[in-house]
Amino acid sequence: MAIGQPANRVDAVAKVTGRARYTDDFYRPDMLIAKYFRSTIAHGRVISIDVSKAKALNGVEAVFTYEDVPKIKYATAGHPYALDRSRADVADTLLLDRQIRYMGDEIAIVVAVDDLTASEALELIEVEYESYSPLISPEQVLSKGAREIHPGQSNVIGEHQFECGDLEQGFSQAEVVHEGQYETHMLQHVHIENHTAFAYMNDLEHIVIISSTQIPHIARRIVGEALDIPWGRVRVVKPYIGGGFGAKQDVILEPILAFLTMQLDGRPVKISMTREECMLCTRNRHPMTATVKIGTLKDGTMVARHMDTLFSTGAYASHGHSIAAASGSKNTLLYPRTAIGYHARTIYNNIPIAGAMRAYGSPQVVFALESAVDDTARKIGIDPVEFRIQNGARQNDLNPLNQKPIQSCGLVECLEKGRELIGWQEKMSQRRQQTGNIRKGLGVACFSYGTGTYPMNVEIAGARIILNQDGSVHVQTGATEIGQGSDTVVAQMVSQTMGLPMENIHIVSTQDTDVTPFDPGAYASRQAYIVGNAVYKAASELREKILTYAAEMTDKSVSDLEIEGRNIVLVDQPGKAIISLIDLALDTYYHTDRGGQLTADVSHKTLANPATFGCTFVDITVDISLCRIRINEIFNVHDSGVILNHSTAKGQVEGGMAMGIGAALSEQVLIDPESGKVNNNNMLDYKVPTMIDLPDIGCAFVETVEPTSAYGNKSLGEPPVISPPPAIRNALLDATGVAINEIPLAPQVLFRHFKQAGLI
Amino acid sequence: MFPLQRYEKADSVQDAIRLLSDNPEAKVISGGTDVLIRLRDGKKAYNQLVDIHDLDELKICDITADGTIRIGAGISFSEVIASDIIEKHLPHLHKAAETVGGPQIRNIATIGGNICNGVTSADSASPLLASNARLIIQGPAGKREVALSEFYLGPGKVALDQNEILIAFTISKQDYSGYSGDYFKYAMREAMDIATIGCAAACLIDGNQLVDLRLAFGVAAPTPIRCKQAEEAACGEIINEALLTKIGDALAEDVNPRTSWRASREFRLHIIRELAERVIKNAIENAGGTLT
Repeated sequence: MAIGQPANRVDAVAKVTGRARYTDDFYRPDMLIAKYFRSTIAHGRVISIDVSKAKALNGVEAVFTYEDVPKIKYATAGHPYALDRSRADVADTLLLDRQIRYMGDEIAIVVAVDDLTASEALELIEVEYESYSPLISPEQVLSKGAREIHPGQSNVIGEHQFECGDLEQGFSQAEVVHEGQYETHMLQHVHIENHTAFAYMNDLEHIVIISSTQIPHIARRIVGEALDIPWGRVRVVKPYIGGGFGAKQDVILEPILAFLTMQLDGRPVKISMTREECMLCTRNRHPMTATVKIGTLKDGTMVARHMDTLFSTGAYASHGHSIAAASGSKNTLLYPRTAIGYHARTIYNNIPIAGAMRAYGSPQVVFALESAVDDTARKIGIDPVEFRIQNGARQNDLNPLNQKPIQSCGLVECLEKGRELIGWQEKMSQRRQQTGNIRKGLGVACFSYGTGTYPMNVEIAGARIILNQDGSVHVQTGATEIGQGSDTVVAQMVSQTMGLPMENIHIVSTQDTDVTPFDPGAYASRQAYIVGNAVYKAASELREKILTYAAEMTDKSVSDLEIEGRNIVLVDQPGKAIISLIDLALDTYYHTDRGGQLTADVSHKTLANPATFGCTFVDITVDISLCRIRINEIFNVHDSGVILNHSTAKGQVEGGMAMGIGAALSEQVLIDPESGKVNNNNMLDYKVPTMIDLPDIGCAFVETVEPTSAYGNKSLGEPPVISPPPAIRNALLDATGVAINEIPLAPQVLFRHFKQAGLI
Repeated sequence: MFPLQRYEKADSVQDAIRLLSDNPEAKVISGGTDVLIRLRDGKKAYNQLVDIHDLDELKICDITADGTIRIGAGISFSEVIASDIIEKHLPHLHKAAETVGGPQIRNIATIGGNICNGVTSADSASPLLASNARLIIQGPAGKREVALSEFYLGPGKVALDQNEILIAFTISKQDYSGYSGDYFKYAMREAMDIATIGCAAACLIDGNQLVDLRLAFGVAAPTPIRCKQAEEAACGEIINEALLTKIGDALAEDVNPRTSWRASREFRLHIIRELAERVIKNAIENAGGTLT
């Protein structure tokens, strides 16, 4: 039984010994370095640009400006191609542009023999701007007569609403109604490996791009679209990658690199962003404001809830309105037995570009919802855990959006387990009225999330398994290993289904769009779930082929045979080899008259999107006069279906919670409200918590079995980040009585609110 | 890649002074944790360097015959932390050293560089100020001495000529003997951060009397400062909670923090007062005193 075992990561040894090769490890001796010339204003237009001095600098190969690039607008979002073109992503990006939409926008690019020469050349470029007043806040963007950030397009790039059940009736029935405003700010992914890629041509036709990307197959398509060349001419290779968290679910460097190498006779050209560039000019988490209204009966039954959200995408659409839309849908399953309304808008503004980031809008929406849920529980005087158990989703509840039953759901069990782990009831019963400077608080929040993107997008995955000459197998999938551990669980799946030992399963980790089966990539916590169904199909097929071949070799019936480790055995005589897999494999390859290479190569579409659930429980201490929160204990409890690998699952949860704690307490991209300048696009001033700042992180699982998955699993990659912030906010409310409706709960924010509340 | 134009490694302080005198464009590099950041940012003023790292003359850490503590400018923060002398006699400086950056920074960054860099957030500045540290500086004309309180001229500006080298800090016996101390770094993180406010106090007590208080802050003004008004309000007074309030009130005259995007003046003022009370209280308790 390989599934459920804490198997070592298949790439662990390669990574800890430094042998795993990342994009920057692929050195080419004649490689050129490219660097962007970026705007120093947030909104405006280039009137003139003079690059002659830069071009004349020794070591500079070329300088390109907005005048030199194709006038093709393309969409950067890492979504599968939309057959219905009315639903295609917003194409609003040029390779280089004279219109300036945020401070850092790309106007020109220098290609030089090395990094320093390129930097020096940037300083020689002379540019003259026409400046417009930056539209930073939603009020500015939505004000009457505000300039269109993308001329000809509305500053509201998307808007939608839906209603499940009768909202009006729900609210009229409500005995208690809570309404509140909530706000979250811009965050950064801070993946360890910055965005980096290079491109070259091996012949006159094909472009090879080595890139640190989550979406190699989508990148291939978007490069083709951006340059108007056939997609088959583009080959994208993804080696090992040092994290992405969604920032690499956009096509950022690949199109310009393909353009540059084509312009420069196929010479390799590389862009390695600095940390500062990466934090300013790639993608971030959307700032959001929300109004939440919840109606309940006095007995705690939730009867109606409505949410109105506003997401800021910044200078370019990137994922457009999808994030506001997806996050609005995914939370409906949390409290499904009530009328639900949702209205959302996404706007452009002159700030850095928001895109996909771990949990895709849900951390913002769930912060608002779960804060409002606590506020509601307080208003009716019900324990917040009880209130959630009373209203939370249960198995066979109907999904409000499609009226289909929720087939696996362990939310209530998660809440019960978390309550136990933190000692909720005991601590609450010992609670006295708190008056001093140091106060303690307990908080809870929960979430629901999806697994993949169906039915908004296709959910396709490919898997290819080959029986090697030595009886081992090589496995290629389109699943993109980005550090989340998909290679390891794929090996476990093959082991489970084929009966092979883990050491006889070799995973091809590198994605190469010329070679590997198609899969759109690592996002939406889809990878292990979607690829699982393809792997199951391929592994079953190859198993069948091997047993059929064994039957032919041994003159037995297929149904009497089974693969057991390195051998074929009789089903009723396990442990007794009738032929080894090596002998069988050699026969398939080298018998002069029979056989052939045994392979299975499948592509599978999954037509489901199961909901996952979970919660955070936290115990904090607040030092009021120092405006500080310390986490004493924190637990996440997840229903992610069957846990494929407890070690890597725990790693995912711990990492996600750390990210959530950072979002709750300290992280925020600070933008000057006048100029649009980002003040803290570096690791000193953007406060990712250090190990000392983090508490011991606890996690637990409630294992359900998801019937639409071949291995019973559901999403786990993104969900751990969602519920820590509202749980911490609710604990702060419990400790101090002060409801702070924004994150991060950083010292200066606490200072402002504590002062207002008269605590300091 | 760094845009380095010229690099010379000095083999003695004398050699360093000669190299600096020969090339007026050259700047000193020691640990490099400030200089290399500026060079990476493309600041050309730092592209010609004279390296004084690991010179034995700058690595002294001892007590002289007259009881003066000498701390070499080239001592790393890890070495400050490892020093028994500093741990025993200058606990506030010891504690401050522990709050600098992370382990890698503390292993390479020097206490001399921290001061010569001239920034108000330097963790070692307020404890050294609280202990009346003096600086021994060597230049082409020989050695001179200056009080740390006179060394800071403005933000990023110190009284050090281009061809002068800070050799060591000295703290006389009367400035540490019998004093207890404490330091509090208030920052957004517990490590790898710069101070929002840094506060150091050194106290001399006699029974329930606060004989002497030296209170110093980082980031409470454009340079690290001593708080003369607060100190005057405290000296000779009976130790009790009311005294802490009195000190806190007097402090308002001493400090002048500014609003930046990192923190507002109002917030810094609040934290300054809060830290002063906590740090003085701890320093008094470390000296065996109690607040009544």
